[in-house]
Amino acid sequence: MFYREAGQFKTSYEADQAIFPILQDKWGLAALAAFAFVVIPLTANDFVLNSIMIPMMVFTLATIGLNVLLGYAGQLSLGTGAFMGVGAYACYKLTTFFPDTNIILLVLASGIFSAGVGIIFGLPSLRIKGLYLAVTTLAAQFFLEWAFIRIPWLYNYNDSGAIEVPQRLAFGIIATGPSATPLTRYMIVLCITVFITWLVSNLIRGRIGRSWMMIRDMDIAAELMGIKPLQAKLSAFAVSSYIAGVSGAMMVFFWLGAAEVESFDINHSFLILFMCILGGLGSLIGSYMGAAFIWVLPILIRAAPAALGITVTAASVEHINFMIVGALIIFFLIAEPAGLARLWQIGKQKLRVWPFPY
Amino acid sequence: MTMDAAVDTGAVNPDPPTARLSSDQRPVVLDVKNVSLSFGGVKAIQDVSFDIRKGEVRAIIGPNGAGKTSMLNVINGFYHPQHGTITWHGQERKQMRPHIAATQGIARTFQNVALFQGMSTLDNIMSGRSLKMKSNFLFQLIHYGPARNEEIEHRRKVEEIIDFLEIQAIRRTPVGRLPYGLKKRVELGRALAMEPELLLLDEPMAGMNLEEKEDMSRFIIDVNDQFGTTIALIEHDMGVVMDLSDRVVVLDHGELIADGTPNEVQANQNVIDAYLGVAH
Repeated sequence: MFYREAGQFKTSYEADQAIFPILQDKWGLAALAAFAFVVIPLTANDFVLNSIMIPMMVFTLATIGLNVLLGYAGQLSLGTGAFMGVGAYACYKLTTFFPDTNIILLVLASGIFSAGVGIIFGLPSLRIKGLYLAVTTLAAQFFLEWAFIRIPWLYNYNDSGAIEVPQRLAFGIIATGPSATPLTRYMIVLCITVFITWLVSNLIRGRIGRSWMMIRDMDIAAELMGIKPLQAKLSAFAVSSYIAGVSGAMMVFFWLGAAEVESFDINHSFLILFMCILGGLGSLIGSYMGAAFIWVLPILIRAAPAALGITVTAASVEHINFMIVGALIIFFLIAEPAGLARLWQIGKQKLRVWPFPY
Repeated sequence: MTMDAAVDTGAVNPDPPTARLSSDQRPVVLDVKNVSLSFGGVKAIQDVSFDIRKGEVRAIIGPNGAGKTSMLNVINGFYHPQHGTITWHGQERKQMRPHIAATQGIARTFQNVALFQGMSTLDNIMSGRSLKMKSNFLFQLIHYGPARNEEIEHRRKVEEIIDFLEIQAIRRTPVGRLPYGLKKRVELGRALAMEPELLLLDEPMAGMNLEEKEDMSRFIIDVNDQFGTTIALIEHDMGVVMDLSDRVVVLDHGELIADGTPNEVQANQNVIDAYLGVAH
């Protein structure tokens, strides 16, 4: 009844091609932005920022990165964790060389290195498809993990083998290191994630995004329309790895504060893959939903017994947690294999025709 | 059967069409000479030669397995013939790739619809404009300036095609959800969006009912008339072939058995034998 585009007439193709052509969506987005940029900073405590919001944004960005590759270009990759690692180590080296440069710039620049690595490991995609490609991207995962251990130059010959984030400034404010406030870090992570989401949504509605989807849906026909598979696939690998790299750098610099190779292992790749699939392949909103669902739900479940005044041992809470989250993932994927984004879309469609069934 | 639909096009194109040139008076666009293609021991095409002339509707017919689709795939650059040459506008083609064929102005529809399932009708047809879009990565990234103008300009062209094919109502529908006849129509639209010089249609009317066939015939005639597009057509419906085409090539078991106007081909004993079988 309230969510309806009746009466909103488009008089130009430009208006028709807007990202949110429906007025109600624009208001919804504005409300959400106000919540993320104003309400949360004003109300949230350090725990909420540190353990929920910052990691959620980091994982959202990584999921968007994988979604570009898997959801839009249709190339399955299991190397996301490693590409995030490349971004993190690259940022660490960059800030070693340029300690006075704005750390946000360095985080954004570090993605360029992971994009390069991504292009190299994307080369097999020109010959191999589907699960077989996934196996070749495992090579990236194992090789890069090896490199993160065996090349001590990457972690500045640190005895612990880990990278420890030094204190760095962004626009004169302490942005990283132990004395950076969670609020500063949250705002930086939020801005970068939202900014990159906007860029990706632009790419997707233009020629490049269409060329990715053409390759995904029917590569033979795509080639006949003049798409060069080499260009389309490698550009998807480049963009995807760039985003993964930035999110990896954000993860270490604005969330963990220190990291070693275990932070970028294969489990990490799987985690991002699950967020991507559960949220919805080929959907940016789904990336947000998937990351939020998989990251936040366990935290809420863990907090539930205490909130309800029930005493349970920590171990049982953990077990129950796994059971509930696992069951919910299965439930959602059976209810809607296309992910949470699709559920959301169906919900909007129902709202549009409400109170009538169709 | 399709002639009625064809006559109706007078309403779309008010000028009386100038008398059609007979095919021999037109310049050759594509010349296939002695082409042979085999997969291992299977000889798909054996020593076939024919030409396609500018602005004509050229039908390729033959029983199942005659090598018709293989022939289109050769023209498209999907298959590379072992022998023979293909000349495009007087220039012999060397190593061919499908995306090069696209830049040369050869568009194609497929026997079993090859649309981009996850995209809407609009995006599918927009994808046909890919080659004509030039704006660079950075402008695309911020969707500003050239990138945005280009998107709007091509959208206008795409809307013209949508109007032409009368598919306004399914503009936003994901093509996976469309019925078969409309999918074929969208695929034609996608090929038209490339503004091709040569349009290869692989069984555009397979599996359609009479009404859909009449619509499709009308579109093919209109495309040929209004845009002057050269059309190579594979089709099994002989009524359609005889009504639409200027000249017909007949293949059987990979060999060319007849080439000529519909009437000549119809009267050819080899063709009758190929279709009806012959007593041994």
